[in-house]
Amino acid sequence: MAEESSYKIRCENVWKVFGPDPKRIIENWESHKDMDKVERLKETGCVVGTREATFNVERGEIYCLMGLSGSGKSTLLRCINRLHEPTAGKVFIDNEEITALSGLKLRELRRKKTSMVFQHFALLPHRRLLRNAAFGLEIQGVDKGEREKRAHEALELVGLKGWEKSYPYELSGGMQQRVGLARALATDPEILLMDEAFSALDPLIRRQMQDEFVKLIKKVKKTIVFVTHDLNEALRIAGHLAVMKDGEIVQQGTPADIVLHPETDYVTEFVRDLPKIKFITASDIMQKPEKWLVKAGESISSIYNKMDKEYLRFAFIVGEDQRVQNVVDYFRLMGESGIENPDAPPPSNRLSSDFPLISATPNTFLEDLLTEGAKSKIPIVIKNQEDRVVGIIPRETLLTALTSA
Amino acid sequence: MDFPVRIPIGRWAELIVEWLTENFSNLFDYMKIAVEFILVQIDTLFTWVPWPITIIVLVVIAWLVSGRRVAILTLVSLFLMGSLGLWTEGMSTMALVATAVFISVLFGLPLGIFSARSPKFDAVLRPILDGMQTIPSFVYLIPAIMFFGIGNVPGILATVIFALPPMIRLTSLGIQQVDREVVEAGHAFGCTPSQLLLNIQLPLAVPSIMAGVNQTVMMSLSMVVVAAMIGAGGLGSKILYSIQRIDLGIGIEAGLGILFIAIVLDRILQGITKKQQQALLKK
Repeated sequence: MAEESSYKIRCENVWKVFGPDPKRIIENWESHKDMDKVERLKETGCVVGTREATFNVERGEIYCLMGLSGSGKSTLLRCINRLHEPTAGKVFIDNEEITALSGLKLRELRRKKTSMVFQHFALLPHRRLLRNAAFGLEIQGVDKGEREKRAHEALELVGLKGWEKSYPYELSGGMQQRVGLARALATDPEILLMDEAFSALDPLIRRQMQDEFVKLIKKVKKTIVFVTHDLNEALRIAGHLAVMKDGEIVQQGTPADIVLHPETDYVTEFVRDLPKIKFITASDIMQKPEKWLVKAGESISSIYNKMDKEYLRFAFIVGEDQRVQNVVDYFRLMGESGIENPDAPPPSNRLSSDFPLISATPNTFLEDLLTEGAKSKIPIVIKNQEDRVVGIIPRETLLTALTSA
Repeated sequence: MDFPVRIPIGRWAELIVEWLTENFSNLFDYMKIAVEFILVQIDTLFTWVPWPITIIVLVVIAWLVSGRRVAILTLVSLFLMGSLGLWTEGMSTMALVATAVFISVLFGLPLGIFSARSPKFDAVLRPILDGMQTIPSFVYLIPAIMFFGIGNVPGILATVIFALPPMIRLTSLGIQQVDREVVEAGHAFGCTPSQLLLNIQLPLAVPSIMAGVNQTVMMSLSMVVVAAMIGAGGLGSKILYSIQRIDLGIGIEAGLGILFIAIVLDRILQGITKKQQQALLKK
């Protein structure tokens, strides 16, 4: 028995080899490893679609499989609902081993739990949209009134209300893919498998569909595996993504992981031209705040000494709860007349600054930090949800991050 | 110079056919009864309906599926055929063709579906179909007489053998050509094999299947003339008569009659095929 886990989908060591006697390739992988695709095909008659793919998809997230054509991403996707029978390895959905299901149970799974959206829409050209959207339900044997009601709802959800009576060929590509999406959503599945769903669309429409899709998915709460060859698309919509090359997952992680910490030359090359300021977040570059913090009630001389020692122009006065109470500006603290009572806490007219206090959350992107940071000379204060200071980003750090981005 | 061996295939074939007629005469009788039954129903319908009604019905059909020009063509063709004094014979030929096509579709459709689904079956069937199409049609006539005697039935069955291959081939081709992704979509939504066939494969193969029907009709039409040699009736027997008597006048008239029927059937069927294609291929 497999161990229980909270992941919605798990793939363990999934292989898909096309050709005669595919198991042999897996068993003798060491000797086939260094061949390129053509050599291997000549030698064995086999093509390795996917190998040793292991990944986990969290409940309710969008997981992207990203790679160029021929990287095995679509093959891997089809291993999940066994449109391609995996040659080796296991696939679990909700801890149920999909790869061990009988034909009947598999059909049940495909009808109820998973749905699929295709690159070229794969609509039924002889059916009106309503009957296209109701297709999955019809296959399940849901009666006519009920399935048409649900197909109506699904079409409305994707913004095609009023088009029920049209035929697919009367629609533009973007609208046809909405029908594909409506058809997939009409059965109310838990998992959506999307194979290059937006790749056949024009760039502008594609972008618009991506944004709408992300919004829609938040509403309907599905777990999604999304195959794409478009890195920007993957980064825009994915919670986690896996980069694939020659049938193998070369790196997986969050979009920021991939962009900021590429592990192989291949991924590095891929992400090289990306604007990193869109992925670096405050938590990536912020510094430990202690250096800038002084406790409420501390004496002027103590503050003065600390700032002098650390070469600070600004410091923050925080209470016991780690919330910022005030800003200390070195020049204002000294004043024009000098300090009268160095052992007392600074009087209020010596506190605050001419510059506004800027704060952000750890998830704020560098892009926004730069925009905000330009408005003030004071270091940016990074606060958590309870308003406590968790980090500080001085202006120099901001600039350093920009040059490395 | 003589060949060193002489393989007596002809003799073997005779023996096989003889053996078949002796041992399966019951089966052949049943087949004959069944085919005759279908033919009589269709023939009665065609000859019983008065000619103006037949013409009107066909013209309306032609108008609906192919538009005004084909409707006019149909009207003129059928009227000319009647005015050549060939109406009864023409309708008999139509009945023969209809029966042969009916039987061809009845067997061709399932065989085509089957060969699309099973590559092994396809591999076996393919050479047989090639043979059926390339062996000269006259050759079928001899065993047909031995199995079924002389008359309309052996004529129809010889016609079916000749006209069946395109029906099977185009059905199979049509199903195999259905967009892979759409078939995949069917699987992904949990279709059973029969749901896949009825909801996706057959509807999308309709243009190809209709092209098969069209070809079967045309080939049947050409074959029923040949089948007149073993006693099939209609225009074919008129042509045969004219050949035997070297009567040019009757021959030309009957030939024109076949031509008119061919025009009408072909244009109507093409209209249907085109309509189906337009409905499916607009993307």
